[in-house]
Amino acid sequence: MKELHELSIKEVLDGYANKDFTCVDLVKHFQSRIEKYNKKLNVYLALNENALVEASNIDKEIAKNGVTLPLQGIPFAVKDNFLTIGMVTTASSNILKGYRPQYNATTIERILSAGAVILGKTNMDSFAHGSSTETSDFGPTLNPWNLGRLPGGSSGGSAAAVSAGLCTVALGSETAGSVRQPAAWCGVTGFKPSYGRASRYGIIAMASSTDQPGPITRFVEDSAIITEVISGKDPYDATSSPSPVEKYIKAISTSDLRGVRIGLVKEYLLPNMRDDVKNLILDAADKLRLLGATVDEVSLMDPKYAIGVYTVIQRSEVSSNLARFDGIRFGHDRDSLCEETKRRIMLGTYTLSAGYYDAFYKKALAVRTKIVDEFNEMFKSYDAIIGAVSPGPALPLGASKNQPMFGEMEDVLVEQSSIAGLCSTSVPCGFVDGLPIGLQITSDQLHESKSLMIADCFQRNTDFLKFPDLNETI
Amino acid sequence: MHKIIVTPEEVKKIAKLANLKLQNDEVNLFADQFTQTVDVINELNEIDTTQIVGTYQVNGLSNVTREDEVDLSRVLPQEIALREAKKTHNGFFVVDRLIDSDAEELL
Repeated sequence: MKELHELSIKEVLDGYANKDFTCVDLVKHFQSRIEKYNKKLNVYLALNENALVEASNIDKEIAKNGVTLPLQGIPFAVKDNFLTIGMVTTASSNILKGYRPQYNATTIERILSAGAVILGKTNMDSFAHGSSTETSDFGPTLNPWNLGRLPGGSSGGSAAAVSAGLCTVALGSETAGSVRQPAAWCGVTGFKPSYGRASRYGIIAMASSTDQPGPITRFVEDSAIITEVISGKDPYDATSSPSPVEKYIKAISTSDLRGVRIGLVKEYLLPNMRDDVKNLILDAADKLRLLGATVDEVSLMDPKYAIGVYTVIQRSEVSSNLARFDGIRFGHDRDSLCEETKRRIMLGTYTLSAGYYDAFYKKALAVRTKIVDEFNEMFKSYDAIIGAVSPGPALPLGASKNQPMFGEMEDVLVEQSSIAGLCSTSVPCGFVDGLPIGLQITSDQLHESKSLMIADCFQRNTDFLKFPDLNETI
Repeated sequence: MHKIIVTPEEVKKIAKLANLKLQNDEVNLFADQFTQTVDVINELNEIDTTQIVGTYQVNGLSNVTREDEVDLSRVLPQEIALREAKKTHNGFFVVDRLIDSDAEELL
């Protein structure tokens, strides 16, 4: 018998429909777990004080009309860069300490309209600038698998919340790896939709040309359900895609992968990567073959060049986006920005400044075109490409200190796909040293169904999704 | 590609452009770190990009416009818009004086 915090969205909705438990029961269950574990893990920065009232209203609605909404009474953890009316939003930065948003992010409006209950806001790298959650002004989140390890980032709080069973599902956001990498390090599923698939409106901006919200869940199926809810054209985000949203949940229900063509990127098996990590990726490729897919070794540009491209584009866009934090209309003055934020704003100011714009910014955009062209060619022959999400398992606390490019180096395998605006799933594919490893399954823009379908089939036919024993780690 | 060294003087200039105040130890730290980061960026020059047009926007949308009409759903009520500001006056945000001020010129 599964415990309440282990259930999928579908199992929760079935539980409500069958009157096995109520939304109030479920929210209380999570609140007592949060009470027990949050102090140690530092996952939630703020809790929704109205969660039980909202849950009670949902119970009344279900008692009257039954379950009618896709996320009805589903408890969410939400990364602290999504604006939420009624819940302080800080992006883990002191400059926004105490900030009460005046409006909701579009994604928040959409999950609430679909019936979600938000439990609270989760810790992250300050302004999402990092891949460790260590640059948070409110202390790092700890990895539920091993308290001496980082959860990854920047959506580290959301990934740890899902892993530790402190919510049913979570929202994160990704600029390059910030959904997929923490999902991999915490042993859960993360999905980054294509650029523009879901609205960026009301998500505190990092790099506007690659930012994209995405779900972090235990099950791929849950990521498909949430992506379907949050996707679609938003008049408030001019870059959101007008393409119709597919029925992802229908598309993924397949028992095998016959006819699916997958490329195993040989450059993603990095020369300095541990053999046991490489072997898990090769084993995953074999599993996909057993499920009926064809898996060929394919070649892309050395991912090391994506580090340079991503660094320039992201720092440049950060310098522009964070100019609005001047303490005049909201928030505090710029002295309250942390060292990492200042470093990123300044490097971006430098790469955009007279004399360096052509050498750095325009060069990076040109290499970006080459990366996009390579993918366009690749996806003529393949439904997806695969590789590791991260070069290794979760690193020890403190690993990001004095590493001005820590995030860029750790995200070397996910930067190309982000720069090109592709969609990609991170799904657990095994363990090394008792720490989870993630497989990325990346598909072309607006081919969410393919990535999710392959990941779902892989997950249903493997046994890598586990719960850490918190009584042992804490 | 020749090595680029970012000097402490350049860091101070960038900080000014970015409206950031730095401590002295941060100036030297950032100068060293920016020099290292630029080394990584410089590796991009190993790739030939002659005749290649840069990509600013990846999902093919361009010139997304709407009618120039007031859309009240995009407008915050004044008291809500001003709520988070530290200094307001008669329904306006208060900003520091820039023109004819004693503050040194920005550039």
